Amino acid sequence: MSISLKINGRIQLVDADADTPLLWVIRDTLKLVGTKFGCGMAQCGACTVHLDGAAIRSCMIPVAAVAGKDITTIEGLSEREENSLQRAWIEEDVVQCGYCQSGQIMSAAALLAENPNPSDEAIDNAMSGNICRCGTYPRIRKAIRRAAAYAEDASL
Amino acid sequence: MSAARGVSRRNFLRNTASGGGLLLLGFCFNTKAMARNRRAGEPHSFTPNAYIKILSDNSIELMIGCSDMGQNVVTGLAMIVAEELDADLDRISVKVGPVDPEYFNPYARSMLTGGSTSTYANYDRLRNAGATARIMLIAAAARHWDIEPSRIRTEKSIIIDAVSGNKLRYGDLSKLASSIPLPDTVKLKPESRFRLVGKEVGRIDSEEKITGRARYGIDVQLPGLCYACVLHPPVFGASIVSIDDAVAARMPGVRKVKQIDSGVAVIADSFWRAKKARDALKVVWDEGAWAGTSSATLDQQYRELLKDSAALVKSNGDSKQAFMQASQVLDETYELPFLAHACMEPLNCTVHDHGDCADIFVGTQSQSGDQKYAAEVLGYAPDKVNIHTQVLGGGFGRRASKTADFVTEAALIARGEPWPIKMVWTREDDMTSGFYRPKYTHRVRVALNKKGEIDAWEHRVVGQRVSIGGFVDSGKSAAFDSAQVEGLVPFPYDVAGLRVEARPLVSPVPTLWWRSVGHSHTTFAMESMVDEAAYAANADPVNYRRKLYRKNPRMLKLLNTVAEMSDWGEELPEGQGLGVAVHDAYSFKAVCAHVAKVRVENGRFRVEKVWCAIDCGFAVNPNGVRAQMEGCVIFGLNGLTGQITFDKGRVVETNFHNYQVCRMSDAPQIEVVIINSGAEMGGIGEPGLPPIVPAVTNAIYAATGKRIRTLPARL
Repeated sequence: MSISLKINGRIQLVDADADTPLLWVIRDTLKLVGTKFGCGMAQCGACTVHLDGAAIRSCMIPVAAVAGKDITTIEGLSEREENSLQRAWIEEDVVQCGYCQSGQIMSAAALLAENPNPSDEAIDNAMSGNICRCGTYPRIRKAIRRAAAYAEDASL
Repeated sequence: MSAARGVSRRNFLRNTASGGGLLLLGFCFNTKAMARNRRAGEPHSFTPNAYIKILSDNSIELMIGCSDMGQNVVTGLAMIVAEELDADLDRISVKVGPVDPEYFNPYARSMLTGGSTSTYANYDRLRNAGATARIMLIAAAARHWDIEPSRIRTEKSIIIDAVSGNKLRYGDLSKLASSIPLPDTVKLKPESRFRLVGKEVGRIDSEEKITGRARYGIDVQLPGLCYACVLHPPVFGASIVSIDDAVAARMPGVRKVKQIDSGVAVIADSFWRAKKARDALKVVWDEGAWAGTSSATLDQQYRELLKDSAALVKSNGDSKQAFMQASQVLDETYELPFLAHACMEPLNCTVHDHGDCADIFVGTQSQSGDQKYAAEVLGYAPDKVNIHTQVLGGGFGRRASKTADFVTEAALIARGEPWPIKMVWTREDDMTSGFYRPKYTHRVRVALNKKGEIDAWEHRVVGQRVSIGGFVDSGKSAAFDSAQVEGLVPFPYDVAGLRVEARPLVSPVPTLWWRSVGHSHTTFAMESMVDEAAYAANADPVNYRRKLYRKNPRMLKLLNTVAEMSDWGEELPEGQGLGVAVHDAYSFKAVCAHVAKVRVENGRFRVEKVWCAIDCGFAVNPNGVRAQMEGCVIFGLNGLTGQITFDKGRVVETNFHNYQVCRMSDAPQIEVVIINSGAEMGGIGEPGLPPIVPAVTNAIYAATGKRIRTLPARL
């Protein structure tokens, strides 16, 4: 069936089976492969995108359920000029294999949008749905705190 | 900090693919020619050796033989070249070369990334490669300016006439330098003049990985690409009785249902359709003998096998006598489960069979093996099978498959088919289709004398084989498997009587190296028993280890460093404890010690902090070494909580809801001190892992008095 999706600010008509998870439409139909497949059951966070600003796992949500909603992927986030998160990620040298990092950044961006100055506990709570096997968690924590500090500086 | 883009091979592939794809439809890539020669539209380049290509736009391509699965060899190796070449690190991009002896890992005599070898295996040859290129550029500039080479200095990819101040970019000399003969010998920089190597440097590939632009194996796009999903047997060793694909074959988008050696594959026009049709297959299996196995019976079987004597691996002194005269004997059994690698990128492989050659796009640690086995399956000579290494979403040993299992599976699916086919495993496929760190059971007996010192140590290990005889040897003839006793032999502690025995057993469960291989299990038994002996002797665990390492200054320094970092000996509040573990990961030429601080509350433990001391001889990139220690600790904590178990032969743990890995909320703070001891350079991808689990279980003992001898740890 033909479904109208608003992805990264652009409305696109895609042809997909209604039950196809949003993840596979984003990856295989729209070729936006920065969003990753990790578990298929909302356990690892690799597929995290924003749906109307909130972080969601795209691997379980059928594409038909998100028609007309505002979806942002890592590619859309990266197009924004000011991105203190990605700057902080580089400065803390977070990345190892990098496969989970799109999802980590999408979760972190949603966290900071809701809570600009999160405590360590709030970071742990918001980020515990995103698995990293390389073990970049300590640096992700630091990068989120650093990005929060940038945002605070910018708003002064 | 990020690498220059330039015309990378990956971009080239993608552009070609989207622009009509003639190259792909009819012909194979000639990867060697692509690696070495100038491509259409590419700037002129200077290619003094197999590793370095300096383009006229002043960017540099570094071609290496090892895969980056996160361990950051891309940055370390680029630093080594940039150091001798005096190159601008920001303009270096790194790629993995084709299967070619030039790129072989000398320790594996093949293209294989493993054993934490990448940095030290490439250090000398890449320094030479960089220095050679630099000398030739200087000679070219001297000819161009008609001056003495001695007047010329180099800096960040710029060549400078020290007298006139004239400057040229390296890229400006790409044509002229190509006509300069290779020098017979080159002089390397003294280490005192290093400006990059040994310094803190950030990853050169971060930017593409945090913007979604990096292309992993699972992201491969080709014209006409189809997708495959495979139904594997529900039980290892099961065989197919009958296949009913009446429903599956008629589902939308399905191109073909195909029986292959490892199961039944569905090829469709999208991954989701392939998966849905795969799930609709009805297959009757002869489940075989393993269907009767559960983990409880396995645990029992391993314990029974421990009672019999096994193959003698090593014996020193008279341990029998020591046991007869002992004032205390400790006799304990330590059990470790099967573990999955669970790389974040599920296994996948894309194969295009052209009829007389094939292209394989895969994130792999083992290009030579993949090429060899895929060529056998496809019926081509190995050099007709091109391995295009993609970015790896984790490896940990799983992408160095001894039998190239997932690559040959994809090759069998694509064999004779008109489309390029991307085979993707679901997480459940990845978790339940095998190649695990083997389950091991150890029995350790120690004889303590009146002073509480260990006079003799007897150690027996039961477990499945990973390899026989060493690194990549899969022979079946030896009486035991090196991975069973890696860490034990040579024996690290100063003990007079020693006896090590090993008993390999056979089962249909596929096993494989898992980050740090044998050390991942032997260290738990060894460092737990040393701790038990220390408490039995009423000694402080750090002091007790100092005696065991009295003849080993390197280990003593390590132990003292980690003790100092952690304020070892300070009183802690109720419910908290410190545990120490030290290990000589000699396979990787590095030694590592951890102290873990644990807090126990309401019957649960949390690892709050880990102090880590690492001595790998010399740290090329201290920032990268620290990242690997953090990674080893957190990946290693999987050994504390994770397990793969069986019920009626089926793998019980199927996904991240029941295979416990470390999450953000479990992650300790980690503090790392690097000791540049000047010992022979070692590797860092693995040595940080072995001591973490015993450091934590020893800390749990300190906090609670409960000794954990069976993993996963339960209070």
